Amino acid sequence: MQVVVDNNGIKRYLVTLNINGDSYTRVIKANTLLVKFLREEIDLTGTKKGCELGDCGSCTVLMDGKPVNSCIVLAVEADGHEITTIEGVAQNNKLDRIQESFIENAAIQCGYCTPGMVLSAKALLTQNPHPTEQEVRTAIAGNLCRCTGYVNIVKAVLVAADEQ
Amino acid sequence: MSDNYTQIGKSVPRIDAFEKVTGQAKYTADIKFSNMLVGKLLLSPHAHARIISIDTSEAEKLPGVKAVITHKDVPSKRYGLSPARWDENIFCIDKVRYIGDKVAAVAAIDEETVYKALKLIKVDYEVLPAVFDAFEAMKEGAPQIFEEYPGNINTEIHQNFGDLDQAFKDAYYVRTDRYDGQRTYQCPLEPHATIAYWEGSKVTVYSSIQSVHYLQYYLSQVLDLKMGDVRVLKTYIGGGFGGKMDPSGLDFGAVILAKKTGRPVKMWFDREDMFFNNRGRHPQFMNITTGVTKEGKILGVHADFVMDGGAYTGLGIASAYYAGALLTILYDFENYKFDMLRVVTNLPGCGAQRGHGQPQPRYAFESHLDNIAEHLGIDPLEMRIINARKPGTLTVQGFRVDSYGLKEAMEKAREISGWRDKKGKLPQGRGIGMGNGGFVSGAGYAIYRTDLPHSVATIKVTDDGTSAILYTGAVEIGQGSDTVLCQMAAEAMGYRYEDMKIVAADTDLAAHDLGAYASRQTLMSGAAVKQAGEDVNKKILDTAAEIMGVSNEELDCRDGIVFVKSNPEITKTFAEVARTYFVKNGQLIGRGSYKPPKLGGVHKGSAVGTSPAYSAATQVAEVVIDEETGEIEVIEAWDVHDCGYVINPALLHGQVHGAFYMGMGEAIWEEVLFDKNGKLMNGNLAEYRLPTALDMPPVASELVDTVDPNAPWGVKEVGEGATTPTMGCISNAVYDAIGVRVKSLPFTYEKIWRAIKEKK
Repeated sequence: MQVVVDNNGIKRYLVTLNINGDSYTRVIKANTLLVKFLREEIDLTGTKKGCELGDCGSCTVLMDGKPVNSCIVLAVEADGHEITTIEGVAQNNKLDRIQESFIENAAIQCGYCTPGMVLSAKALLTQNPHPTEQEVRTAIAGNLCRCTGYVNIVKAVLVAADEQ
Repeated sequence: MSDNYTQIGKSVPRIDAFEKVTGQAKYTADIKFSNMLVGKLLLSPHAHARIISIDTSEAEKLPGVKAVITHKDVPSKRYGLSPARWDENIFCIDKVRYIGDKVAAVAAIDEETVYKALKLIKVDYEVLPAVFDAFEAMKEGAPQIFEEYPGNINTEIHQNFGDLDQAFKDAYYVRTDRYDGQRTYQCPLEPHATIAYWEGSKVTVYSSIQSVHYLQYYLSQVLDLKMGDVRVLKTYIGGGFGGKMDPSGLDFGAVILAKKTGRPVKMWFDREDMFFNNRGRHPQFMNITTGVTKEGKILGVHADFVMDGGAYTGLGIASAYYAGALLTILYDFENYKFDMLRVVTNLPGCGAQRGHGQPQPRYAFESHLDNIAEHLGIDPLEMRIINARKPGTLTVQGFRVDSYGLKEAMEKAREISGWRDKKGKLPQGRGIGMGNGGFVSGAGYAIYRTDLPHSVATIKVTDDGTSAILYTGAVEIGQGSDTVLCQMAAEAMGYRYEDMKIVAADTDLAAHDLGAYASRQTLMSGAAVKQAGEDVNKKILDTAAEIMGVSNEELDCRDGIVFVKSNPEITKTFAEVARTYFVKNGQLIGRGSYKPPKLGGVHKGSAVGTSPAYSAATQVAEVVIDEETGEIEVIEAWDVHDCGYVINPALLHGQVHGAFYMGMGEAIWEEVLFDKNGKLMNGNLAEYRLPTALDMPPVASELVDTVDPNAPWGVKEVGEGATTPTMGCISNAVYDAIGVRVKSLPFTYEKIWRAIKEKK
């Protein structure tokens, strides 16, 4: 990783992240969190900050297909990796089946957990196309929702899985 | 009649679903303006201390810092959401009153600089003795937190209706129980953020706020600005549950920092700040005494409560009144006494959380009623049925309850939960319980005294009639108000939901409304929207009558089509007629305005608890308890709701699921803890335990049909009422499972384990 030292002696790192299929190169400090990189460097604000401690899952993104809390991943750790954010789930304005199912099954209320939920569900269904209800609940257990009681979220994921 | 509706009574998809599911939806913290600064508050490290001096000079010198403000830089006028006790300053002047109290604020070019600057502000404190317990606070010699609240008593309520002494004399059985509540927090997933910028003498404020009106009002009051110079708006809001009602330090701070720097300023709370600032649920300590006949008919009730209000009042007076006011709605009794002391302590101030003051008293009362039923040898559900309020009756305090389906809700819950086969018949360690609840469908009076309408609405049909825009001040916080109000507008206009757009909750661009609290928007905002829609509808029919050469009485309009009632083959499209109207008269506009009629009695505090309509709900839950560990699992739940006519069933059931979820969290896991110095110990979402998807049982949500005469289309509330039965319902299920009562919230595994052990 290339390092640039500024006038105050602070090191900055040249990183390249592949985000939603496109390559982004930035010079950042070592303590830059992935969530901050996405929201502030790349302006992808669909990734939400709910706790910044890895507790709530609002900032879930996929790193090489696996769900991670982007508030406890450093951007330098994501260097060279493939990141999928909520903005990368729909393709050419066509919603993913999971997204459609969230809409059809009234799985969205305030919407703040929705991006993270969709990505956790996406990771699950990619790896396990026909999960049981318990497997769905386990897959989203790290994503807190304060509105829905998860009832319609679990339903939406199961409906999307059934149709695959 | 409902069969004739084309836009309401249907589970249309949310109007904001696409934006939310794709990540396009911009919440306040997602918004950027060029040249924008970021700001944070400096919070007190002491629970009770005198401020000797504040030195901001080092912070100001830090490169990148653009402004540092303390009480010296802001008006000293006190405020509070309820004007009955204005006891809070933008920044503390002489004293701090809890760990987390607001002392100063910084604006700088980036987050890192802001945090460095906060550390450079030197505050010299003289630490004072502090008190963290409501009962300790009332003792002689306890530290005095406010001069104006002797004995730390902030609010004292004594209400007495009927003749309670006689009722208790006449009773076959009189019983007293004591139950204690805990302090919980709303924990919306979106932390509150505010952005402010000035253009000349006018300021624009983006805020995660449940009421743009009250924030506009308080900003203008405290900062001495014309209301017309203050524009408050919200974009998307990630949940509120009462936590985003009060004007916060962010709102005042951002406005003043933006003024001082001449640049847009964004401020936000991190998760721990949310616990300091969000005005969580008051812990209540509840003695409740009831006298009943041998058959279980309630003759009289005495509710004798104390609540810990924390450091400031906010909306707390209303919380105190609500705690007692709504106990009389569900069951009909003629003698009632309510005593309440709201006490200040050196902990964060409490306010309104979903269900406001009512869920903990409801827990106490529903648990207490089960104890009475057991003593009398009556099924607790049957005992409640004989006491259930009938429609078209007055409560003892004079609240008029028109539609009311509590009895029917209980009967249906009994049936769908298999109550008769389960109650008292499940094996040891497994139990079933029920509880009732309900809420106001909007408060009868605004929070501050005003003659303004509570809701107004405007609908503009676009020039060619192919879309219409609803302007409302109602605040979408996730509950779905934008969607149901557009359904209502389309229904009243004779139009189509799919062709509706909405501009909401912007004091400049939208219309006035008191906002999202007290479960008011479906009924109250809905009433204004219905009128506005009907106004459009009338203009459409009048214009169509001219074009079609018939009288307007012969016409109707539904689903975007105007037709002759006697011959529905003869039609014109709404759009075509609307365009004609536009050509002849200019913009097609409809207007509506709603203010509740005068409600309630004449006693002190009679305004709190008034509403045009009351919801009712019964919940049943089944639990399994591991007697070795005390671990409790809720395995199934049933809710039957009387919420009047339902505009959008899918959204409604979603409210029920979420309300049960929140009540279950409060019943079993949720509680904020403080150490002996008043320091918050679990201000994060790992140790303040919100239930996860693995904790949530299946919930059956069903309805009973009522149509309220005082509401548009007969609608009533659902969002708060559905959380009020839950804690009592789970309390009773735990008792059924283990035969011993846990008398304080939450029912932690440890408490259950100890209760089982003590019983043995």
